[in-house]
Parts: sequence; C-alpha cells; structure tokens
Amino acid sequence: MNHIISIHDLERSEIDSILDEAAIIQALQYNDTALKGKILALLFFEPSTRTRMSFDAAMARLGGTSIGIDSVEASSMAKGETLADTVRVVSGYADAIVLRHPKEGAARLASEFSTVPVINAGDGAGQHPSQTLLDLYTIRQSMPLDDIQVGLLGDLRYGRTAHSLAHALSLYGVTIHTISPKGLELPSAILEELTRAGTQVVEHDDVSGIISSLDVLYVTRIQRERFPDSASYFQVASSYRITPELLSGVKQRLIVLHPLPRLDEIDPRVDLLPHARYFEQSRNGIPVRMAMLQKVMI
Amino acid sequence: MKRDARDGLLISPIRNGTVIDHITGGEALNVLKIIGITGATTESISVATNVKSAKMGRKDIVKIENRELFTEEVDRIALIAPHATISIIRNYIVHEKKGVEIPSVLVGVVRCPNPGCISNTNEPISSKFAVLATGLHCLYCDWIITKDITNHII
Repeated sequence: MNHIISIHDLERSEIDSILDEAAIIQALQYNDTALKGKILALLFFEPSTRTRMSFDAAMARLGGTSIGIDSVEASSMAKGETLADTVRVVSGYADAIVLRHPKEGAARLASEFSTVPVINAGDGAGQHPSQTLLDLYTIRQSMPLDDIQVGLLGDLRYGRTAHSLAHALSLYGVTIHTISPKGLELPSAILEELTRAGTQVVEHDDVSGIISSLDVLYVTRIQRERFPDSASYFQVASSYRITPELLSGVKQRLIVLHPLPRLDEIDPRVDLLPHARYFEQSRNGIPVRMAMLQKVMI
Repeated sequence: MKRDARDGLLISPIRNGTVIDHITGGEALNVLKIIGITGATTESISVATNVKSAKMGRKDIVKIENRELFTEEVDRIALIAPHATISIIRNYIVHEKKGVEIPSVLVGVVRCPNPGCISNTNEPISSKFAVLATGLHCLYCDWIITKDITNHII
C-alpha cells in the first residue's frame, strides 16, 4: 500500500515524480474528477490551519470529499480509545487517511493498522513529509535542486521542518549552512546522518557572514518557550531577524522561505522584496498535496 | 578423589536446563535480569564471573536448571553479550549448542528512550528497533540509541 509517512522512505526518483506531478497540476493540467467518489479522512489530533485546510482544498479540487475530526476531545480517543482502533475503524469509512498526532511515530503505527493509505501530516516533533515536499517544490520553481547553497536558520534543534528538509536536500548534493542560536543547533545525530550521506554541512554563528553566498535561506521560528525569560529571547531573536538591510548585496536568485507562522524572524518589509517566497511556498501546499493524494489513491 | 582447593571452584554440571557461556565479563547479572531471574525465583542458578578465558580474556558463565530460553530472551542477551554461546542440556548431555546473533530488527526487546514516542503509550504495539552499525534506530520515532543500550532493555 502507498503510505507517505516519512521523507526518509522516499527515493529521490519518487520525490521528483511528486514534484513533477505538482508542477503539472499547478499548470492547471489536471483532472478535476480524478478522485470523484473518493473520501479522505482528516484525523487531526493537534491544531492545524494550513495543513488541514490545504489537504481539504486539495481533495475538493480533485473532485473528492473530506470527512474528519479536529481534536482529541471530539473523538473516541477522549473515551480512551487507542489510535490503532481509531485507525482500524476510520479506514473502513474512507479511501485514505491524513493524520496529525502529538506522538512521534503515530503515523507509522497508523500505517500498520490501516487498510487504506496513510499520509503523515505531522507527528509531534517527528516527520511532516508534505511540508518538506512543498519546500522542495518551491525551491525547484526558482532553480534546480542540485548543488545549491542552502542556509537553515533558527531553531534547528527542535524544528522538524528543518530536519526533514536537510535530509531531503542531502539527496541532491547541496551544501547546507546552519545558523542557529547556542543550544538550538542541529542535533548531532542528524549532523552525522547528513555527513554519512556525503552532504557538506557548515556551521555559522552569524547569518550576515554567509548570506551573500546562499541560494536559499530557510528561516524557522525561534520558539519563545525555549528561553528562560523574555529578555534573553528578544536578544537572540533580534540577532536572527531577516531585514531588507541584511538582504542587500545577496545573490539575485536568493529565495527566502519559512514554513509559517512567522513571528519576528522576518521583517514584514521583506515581504515586498523579490526574494520573499514564503507565501508562495504556503500556496504551493495545494498542488503538492494534490499530487500526494493522487499518488496514494489512484 | 578429594579436590584440591587450589584448583579453584568447580561449578557442578546440570541435568536439564541451559548453560550460557562466553558472556562478556561482568555482564552475568544483567543476563539474569534479562531472563527475569531474581532472588524470588525457584530455579537453581550457578553464576561465575570474570573467569579466565583463552579467547576472551575474562568471561562470565550462567547455568540455569530446568529452564530453556525464549527467542526474545536470546535476542536481548545478544545485545549485551554478542559472543555468548547457549547450550541446552538434557539429561546431562548437550542437546543443542548455538551462538547468539543480533537480529536486524529487535521487536519488544528495547524500550525507546524518547518519551514522545508512540511506542511508550498504551497502543497495542511492541517497540521496534533496526540494528545499525551506529546503534539502534527506533522504527516508530527515528530516535537512535548509541550508548547505554543495557539500560534500555525491557
């Protein structure tokens, strides 16, 4: 069965095939009744705006229908039902399941009990493959993925989107530059995995020293709760803020991405610059998720 | 013939049961823990630790009367004593002798140290780890255990 649980499970050729399909869909060359008569179950046990709505919209654009739950309180899990049982039941109602759950590995478990394909829409601090695919897609809209210089900036310790993206980029021979506050660096296990895969990873203390060399700057949110007090948060957050001044003198083709929601990491004035691609990145969630739904259901 | 004490202690042979030999020196008590033998159990046990070994330098030996091991127990022993040999004794004769082998996937053997892992909840699953050259990789949450593996054995 065609589950999409982790970006680690996908070969480069499979990733390329999903991105190619997304490009065809975005050119409006898709069958809007491709999933007519199919039902998608959206099981969201954690809050989500973009991911849930974009899967819902993607299903609608392909002619299908969505059903779902939005919280643990609204489900039988509030009565103590296991996720395994919930998935067994729901896979009898729908043709595919999209799952977001607070526990890492939840989607892998779901795939063991489901009789229909499961797509992971985020499991705790674990995997979120649809986000990674739309990140790659957005980069590929501007430049080929091979051999580029990508900066990952922000909370690289806990930021799951940065981890998955780094892994996916390692399939394309990119050089990764990491820029993160002390204590929020990329975990050593991921660093070792990237190195083993032959990816060059260069650590930097300061974004201004490297930004002129970058093709992509991927900014992630620095979470306030990681700091002992507001003052230390603001001190760190301000030194990692992307401003128009910082972007003067960068490569013309540099694109700035962010999985959103952003707080203070990117100055709103950057939105007006041609480098800003984060809203486009968010919109790309639709064609990429349409391609994923077609891959697992057709 | 009376035995000379200077020859060292002799562990008497067992009639039926299991002999685990070539255990990594100092790991015998962990082996007993793995197979659930405590002071409260009724089996007759002989334990020798840090015995001289030509092959290993020092080794431990455990003999258990009237007990044979389950596959999962053998897998757990393999993790802490990869050179161990297990002999099944029936009526004083070695009925079967085999080495231990760490399987490529360990099921229900190791607990994931990640508190956020789905395998640490009430779901009807056993933990599942792939055995890599660098450590054990949780097949649910991708956590990698690289050290103190003994502390995580269930």
